[in-house]
Amino acid sequence: MITIIDYGAGNLFSVQNALNFLGVENNISSKAEDIVSADKLILPGVGAFPDAMRMLDEAGLTEVIKDEARKKPLMGICLGMQMLFDKSYEFGETEGLGLIPGTVELMHPANDLVIPHIGWNSLEKNEPCKLLETVNDGDYVYFVHSYAAVTDSRNVAAYCDYGMKVPALVMSGNVYGCQFHPEKSGKTGLGILKTFASL
Amino acid sequence: MLAKRIIPCLDVRDGKVVKGINFVGIKEVGDPVECAEEYNAQGADEICFLDITATHEGRGTMVDVVRRTAQRVFVPLTVGGGISSVDDFRELLRSGADKVSVNSAAVRNPQLIHDAAEIFGSQCVVVAIDAKKKGDSWTVVVNGGRIDMNIDAVEWAKKAEELGAGEILLTSMDTDGMKTGFDIELLNAVCDVVKIPVIASGGCGTLEHFSEVFQKTKASAALAASLFHYKELTVSQVKEHLEENNIPVRRVD
Repeated sequence: MITIIDYGAGNLFSVQNALNFLGVENNISSKAEDIVSADKLILPGVGAFPDAMRMLDEAGLTEVIKDEARKKPLMGICLGMQMLFDKSYEFGETEGLGLIPGTVELMHPANDLVIPHIGWNSLEKNEPCKLLETVNDGDYVYFVHSYAAVTDSRNVAAYCDYGMKVPALVMSGNVYGCQFHPEKSGKTGLGILKTFASL
Repeated sequence: MLAKRIIPCLDVRDGKVVKGINFVGIKEVGDPVECAEEYNAQGADEICFLDITATHEGRGTMVDVVRRTAQRVFVPLTVGGGISSVDDFRELLRSGADKVSVNSAAVRNPQLIHDAAEIFGSQCVVVAIDAKKKGDSWTVVVNGGRIDMNIDAVEWAKKAEELGAGEILLTSMDTDGMKTGFDIELLNAVCDVVKIPVIASGGCGTLEHFSEVFQKTKASAALAASLFHYKELTVSQVKEHLEENNIPVRRVD
C-alpha cells in the first residue's frame, strides 16, 4: 500500500490516477496511522514552500513523516521533493524535513532562460539509482518549478539542463525526490512510479 | 534541453469531439478520451480540449471528459472554451486539468488572469489570443473572429504576461484554416515582447510548417487541430521531421 500524503497542498488526484492506472494499491490520507501502516509514502506538493511546511505542521504530520522515512521508501514530488531538504529560501528561510542534505534556492539559469522552468526536459543520469532502471539517458520528463535543490552531486541521480544543472531526481537512502512530475511525464514517468512501487 | 512541444487540440461539444464548426453541419466524430489516448500514444506533449458547448448542462459533460482523460492520459491537459471565472478554473483543475485557457473573458475582464494566477499559480493560466491583421498591426478578435475588440494584440500579450499569464496561446485568424503555414510575423512580434512561452496556432498544413515555426520564431510549442484530427499528419511524423531538422523534441517511439 502506497499512501499519498494529503496535507492540503498538491495535485493528489493526478498521482492517484497514475498509480491506479498502474494497478498499484494506494490511498490518499492525512492520518498519521495510515502513514505508519503504509509500505511506501508519496509526498506531493504544489505551491509555495513556507505554506506547504506550515500545512504539514498543522496537520501534525511533520514528525511522523520524518520517523517513517527512516523505515520505508518515500518519494517527494515537485514541491514535495523540495520539502525533503534542510531548508528553502522561497519567501524567506523555512526549515524543511531534513531528509536529504541541501537547500532549495531560486534558479538562476544562464542564456536569459525564463523561470518558471516549464516543459519537457531530458534527464542526464548522474549517480546510480534504482528508480532509473527503466529510464534511458535523454528521456524526457515534465517540469514546472522556479526553485531548485542545491545539494552534493552524490545525492543527485539525474540532472536536467536548463541554463544550469538542475537536480531532477535526488536520493538519500530510501528517500527519493522528483523535481519533475512523474505522473505527467508519459511512459517515462509511469516507469519511475512503477519501479518505486516495486521497491 | 527543453523540448519544443506539439499539442493536438480537440474541439468538444456536449462531450463529443466535433469537426466542421465553421461549416453548416457539425459532425460528431468521436470520443474525446479515445482521441486523447491516441494522441498520447503518438507522442503528444500536451492535450488541449476546446469546449465549444453552448449550454450550461454541457459544461458538466466537459468536466467529466477531463476527469476520464486524466485517468488514462499522463501528459499535461489544457482545457479552454467559455472559461469566465475563478470558479471555472477551480472546477477544471480539480477534475484533472493542468492548465486552463481563457480567451474572451480575459479580454473583457483582465483581472481574471491576475486572480487565477494568484490562486492557482501562473503555470496553469494560459491566455488564448485570437489576432487579426489590421493595418500595420494586429487586433484582438473574439467570437471566432466576428468581434473586433480594438485592442492591439501585441500589447495585450504583454499585459497578459504582466497580469500573471503563464503562457500565451496565439492564434492567427489570418492563417487559421488556410494551411499556408503559421503566422511567423505575428509570432515574432509577440515573442519579442514577452518572456513566457508562446504557443503557435493557426495555419499549419505541412511538416515544413512545423520546422519553419521553430526555426524562424521563439515559439515554445505548436498547436494544431484539423491536421491531426483528419490524420493528414500524425504527431510522430511531425516529431520525426523536427528531429531531422535538429529541433529538440520528445520522442516516445
